[in-house]
Amino acid sequence: MANLGPADYSPYPVATYDGILTPPEGKALLLTDIVDEEVAMREIARVMLTSENATIFPGPQVLYAWNEEAKKKATLIKEMAEVLNARMIPMYDYRPKYPKIDAAVEINPNHPNLTIWHNNIKACIFIGVHCHYANVALKIVRAETDCYTSAMCALSGHEDAMATIRDQHSEDLARFIKVAREVKQELGK
Amino acid sequence: MSVDIYKINPEFRDIMPKEILDLEDNATWDGEKRGINDLTDKKEILEEHSLCAGCPEAAALRYILASLPTPSETVIVNSTGCTSLMFPHIALHTVHSLFGNQNAVASGIKRVLDWRFPDKTKDVVVLAGDGATIDIGLDYTLQSFFRQEKITTICFDNEVYANTGGQESGSTPKGQVFKMAPKGKVFDKVPMWELAVTSGCQYSVKLTASAPKSVAKVVREAILIAREMGPSYIHLYTPCILEIGLDANEGLWEMKEQDKDRFVSFKYVSPEAEEYLKNCKKEGIL
Repeated sequence: MANLGPADYSPYPVATYDGILTPPEGKALLLTDIVDEEVAMREIARVMLTSENATIFPGPQVLYAWNEEAKKKATLIKEMAEVLNARMIPMYDYRPKYPKIDAAVEINPNHPNLTIWHNNIKACIFIGVHCHYANVALKIVRAETDCYTSAMCALSGHEDAMATIRDQHSEDLARFIKVAREVKQELGK
Repeated sequence: MSVDIYKINPEFRDIMPKEILDLEDNATWDGEKRGINDLTDKKEILEEHSLCAGCPEAAALRYILASLPTPSETVIVNSTGCTSLMFPHIALHTVHSLFGNQNAVASGIKRVLDWRFPDKTKDVVVLAGDGATIDIGLDYTLQSFFRQEKITTICFDNEVYANTGGQESGSTPKGQVFKMAPKGKVFDKVPMWELAVTSGCQYSVKLTASAPKSVAKVVREAILIAREMGPSYIHLYTPCILEIGLDANEGLWEMKEQDKDRFVSFKYVSPEAEEYLKNCKKEGIL
């Protein structure tokens, strides 16, 4: 059994019960603190570059070429994975799978902890996952694993992630990649 | 919905599992000749299911999905029941409605689709069990027929409320005993296929799922008629092998038996619909 996450044996199943809310526009959330976007970007990049088996979990909104923005984001996420030396494991749909998922190559919002345990993932980024399923997955990961979760959300962010940046569109991803390159250079990775 | 949403971004093809790659590369979406013959070598839009081994309902759903004329332009409305366990596994838009409300929900969806996409042909197909169609949802089912809603209603009749432990339904035959109906059904089975005719359906068929080609033909006809003429109804016998005490390999045998008994073939096609089907055949649509 892997180590438990920050929710641990807390009686509260969700971060909002601990008074943690999504960040206001133009800001980001780092654990319990509201910070500037750039600060959160640097921290996400640092954690991803220094943690074991860092992984990006792209969701259906970026995996499929359903609009121009999704196509742009796909290219940028691929580049992001290269800069962060991260693996990518897709969350390609949300079906409850029977008898169980193949945790080595996929992640499912209903049992995201299985993939994280199986691959010993210590840091991850959720991107392109529809908010309601990201909320489900992040709550489970927060309680059941010691993985540092980052949510790059195109809408208002996710308080159950340890780091969340909101309103992330393709131009913001390009900015994140630039920041990640700088951090990588600073760390000498 | 468009099939385009299944086009995988090339950057991610190397990390996607085969089942999703197949859905893009090897599934029959809107091909003119798609049908049950594709079940052998094409990617199905039902990936896998969690129903009992040998469940006739699961087989029937596969036949139906393989027979949809244009799955990418189809919305399926379902109701609570065993089938609702399969719907999360279908690569189509499915809407789960409250138990019994399915025909009312489908009516609304169809009207909005016609308004929102006037240049496209959108099919709305209701898939529900006998409890939802004939008992609790009878009002909504019949009202949609009265209003001549252009939807197809398919009733999976297993003659019992199966996944709640075996209570009798309106569709249970007279005298039948179930675990939670120990005294036996007192009244006759509701002849829903006949009610459909008197309520205004342009097309009403009763059959079992014993012959895949028959199911495929009926589904295609019913959907084509619903597009142009009005409501169509299919009453399909899909026995619950658990509730009637059969083994996994005996479902087909049970359906073949009932082909000669309670589910002897019934087919009504209104004269206008018959004419329309003839034209469809001439144009090669059927």
